[in-house]
Amino acid sequence: MVGICSYGGYVPRYRLNRKVIFEAMGWLNPATIGSSKGEKAVASFDEDSITMAVAASIDCLRGIDRSRIQGTYFSSTSMSYKERLNAGIIVGALGLSEHIRAADFSGGLKAGTTALLSALEAVEAKRVNDIMVCSSDCRLGKPGSAQEMIFGDAGAAFLVGNEDVIAEFKGGYSTTYDFVDHYRGAFSKYDRQWEDRWIRDMGYEVLLPEAIQGFLDKYNLKIGDFSKVIYPCHYAATRRNLNKKFKITPEMEQNNLLAEIGDVGAAQPLIMLANALEEAEPGQKIMVISFGSGCDVLCFEVTEKIKAIKGPKGISGHLKERRDLDKYEKYSVWRNILPGDLGTRAEVDLWTRWSVNWRKRKAILGLWGTKCTKCGTVQYPPQGVCVNPECGAINQVEDFMFSDKKGRVVSFTGDSLSASFDPPAIYGSVEFDVGGRFMFDFTDCELDAMSVGTPVAFSFRRKYYDEKRDIVGYFWKAVPEKEVG
Amino acid sequence: MATGIKDKIAIVGMGCTKFGEQWDKSGEDLIIEAFEECLADAGIAKKEIGAAYFGTHYDEVNVGKSAIPMGATLKLPYIPVTRTENFCATATEAFRGACYAVASGACDIALALGMEKLKDTGYGGLPNAGTYGVMDFILGTNWTAPGQFAQLATAYSETYGLPMEKIKEAIAHVSVKSHKNGVMNPKAHLRRAVSQEQVMGAPMIAYPLGLFDCCGVSDGAAAAIVTTPEIAKSLKKNNDFVSVKALQIACTSGEESIYNNWDGAHVESSTRAGLRAYQEGGIRNPREEINLMELHDCFSITEFVTYEDMGISPRGKAYDDVMGGFYDLDGKVPCQVDGGLKCFGHPIGASGLRMIYALYEQLLERVSDERKVKTARLGLAHNLGGIPNYNVASVVIVGRD
Repeated sequence: MVGICSYGGYVPRYRLNRKVIFEAMGWLNPATIGSSKGEKAVASFDEDSITMAVAASIDCLRGIDRSRIQGTYFSSTSMSYKERLNAGIIVGALGLSEHIRAADFSGGLKAGTTALLSALEAVEAKRVNDIMVCSSDCRLGKPGSAQEMIFGDAGAAFLVGNEDVIAEFKGGYSTTYDFVDHYRGAFSKYDRQWEDRWIRDMGYEVLLPEAIQGFLDKYNLKIGDFSKVIYPCHYAATRRNLNKKFKITPEMEQNNLLAEIGDVGAAQPLIMLANALEEAEPGQKIMVISFGSGCDVLCFEVTEKIKAIKGPKGISGHLKERRDLDKYEKYSVWRNILPGDLGTRAEVDLWTRWSVNWRKRKAILGLWGTKCTKCGTVQYPPQGVCVNPECGAINQVEDFMFSDKKGRVVSFTGDSLSASFDPPAIYGSVEFDVGGRFMFDFTDCELDAMSVGTPVAFSFRRKYYDEKRDIVGYFWKAVPEKEVG
Repeated sequence: MATGIKDKIAIVGMGCTKFGEQWDKSGEDLIIEAFEECLADAGIAKKEIGAAYFGTHYDEVNVGKSAIPMGATLKLPYIPVTRTENFCATATEAFRGACYAVASGACDIALALGMEKLKDTGYGGLPNAGTYGVMDFILGTNWTAPGQFAQLATAYSETYGLPMEKIKEAIAHVSVKSHKNGVMNPKAHLRRAVSQEQVMGAPMIAYPLGLFDCCGVSDGAAAAIVTTPEIAKSLKKNNDFVSVKALQIACTSGEESIYNNWDGAHVESSTRAGLRAYQEGGIRNPREEINLMELHDCFSITEFVTYEDMGISPRGKAYDDVMGGFYDLDGKVPCQVDGGLKCFGHPIGASGLRMIYALYEQLLERVSDERKVKTARLGLAHNLGGIPNYNVASVVIVGRD
């Protein structure tokens, strides 16, 4: 049996109420009031599609031995790099074996489901097993645009394999058209779209039904065979039309989370699938449809094993951990829409030395330290001479992963002098529960809530952006545990 | 068996520029100013100097690397000149180089000079300049010096159960006391008295450190000429010189930052350097024997924990001493009698020698009556370079017999 063995989700902590956007930008485009209901999830200044995919993957991999992973497929239309394998960064962050296959899936918004299909079929072909499929998007609409209202940031992840399958893959169907409803050129920051009426009438109401019908015909199934139908479309009227056309009842229709997260591009159908699996019962059939340059349709049947899944926090768990992003301007500065002045201190040249990053890749991407094989002391960063003053063994070490461990705050501060996108910069010394200590930046927290002894977990984040050389640097930060654990 | 350098070295001349925002002076100008005063005080000719040590930290915004800037600026006649750099202990390292050169018999007279020109960066605080190398850029936090030192307060509060409000109150007094002393010193940068309320209510820089908990940033230079006690006696007919009693450096082994044996509420290197200095200087009871101190008050919390690291206040009890006026100018062990880093600012490469200068002028009774320490026989200067969990500390004890 081939299918999904585990799932995970991630929604960033910050939510921007669409009324806040409208108050700031509605003067420019009053018609956007029609899209100003609910809120959208917004990646923090130190998050992007890669970090959110890592977070969703960590959620998915709880309690799973990571050494069994043989592949990593990452899908997004907002990747940090055009040349440099984004999935390779994720492999490093997850501490997976370096002797595995990895690929980036991008382009159209069906890239997320195509990555999932590719993993399912690779496992089906018995060429490879246990593939991590993660997806995330972080798209921008121009200030004042409808897209700015609608787009949200989040991620989802699935482990695809043939053991302990919780949702068996029952088949797929695809269409591909150069149908351009939305697009971003190679050097564009913002999404552009053609007229809404055309997207609705020619896109969602023609191409999507065609794909659904094609799938049903191919497998000789009826829509009534499905307990859940997942499709991404933020137009409420179009959803009503499609539901009516296919007799998708309110129970069958999976919530698109427009009011809670927004439209997450390539990750949208996968986020909805992860959300659906949280409630799924054995025997239920789930249809997943993507839309963007054509459609993918996937069918899953939930198995008894779903009952054994308890680990993931999932989409709904992350939805509960929210904090208002109260200012539109803060969002604008975080997304580099508005160039905020972080002071001269922020203008220091950020020289990435790729040979250093290569040599220290395990310590940087995966938060690997060392364990002294003589005395057992674990230490981060990796040490050539054991830090235990009673030991001092030289080069008697083995790799030791810290990223999945927990820690406690030993000391902290909130620094207003540092150049920060979210001042004061909160950082401090953290003692790992397994031993060892290191000073981390803290994120997704407020100074008032910090105290010595606060339990923390670790989160893979953007460390810096070198504008001159277009380099995003990544490292780990500490997050008060209630926020992630 | 090594016996240390107690009473083997005499300081016969010192110089110190006014510290401050010296917009009109270059690094070279500051070197000349400190040297001129120092040479005149020693009463020797330039050609009698056998070796020189130049302390400077930030070569990026200063005169550059190596000792050449000092040799060339002062036109030192092709003698050995060495640059020292060890963070805030930089000037003390220059002083140590000069002392060891004389103590070894390699030369009779040596010069130590520390200089830093910080005010050409264009922004407040210390420059961001790759202090800890490429890995700190990749793995390190978005830190600044106040944020690193501020953490002493949160960890101290936890370790000793002293509420943050009381720490805030005590460190405010530390600053108030230093400003009171600095007002009287014509060479200080910030010469304005501040009240406890002003300090407590100042804008937050890095919790819980407010503006007045942080020392200023300034330009300055200081210098010393050292020689043997015999030559000192021949130069100074009234024995108008100061003897070095102890000089110790302690560098972290790296344990505080990544191992689990440090409470975060003290500085281990300071403690070790202090203990070794007391041993070298034959000091058994520092609280009773030391008459005045210049501690590394880069931040008020640093001075606060250093009272304990130096063994003057018992562990966990600095609050009582501070609030009891123990370290005030008229207290038992006056501290920062010249105003300290708080009022002088902290030109990294100069501060260590500036502190020794402060002890020197007190021991030789060259200060005005209003700022004179009553019985000044034995003084201690302490530097802390780096950050509380990753640093190098120095302790110098000087006395007049």
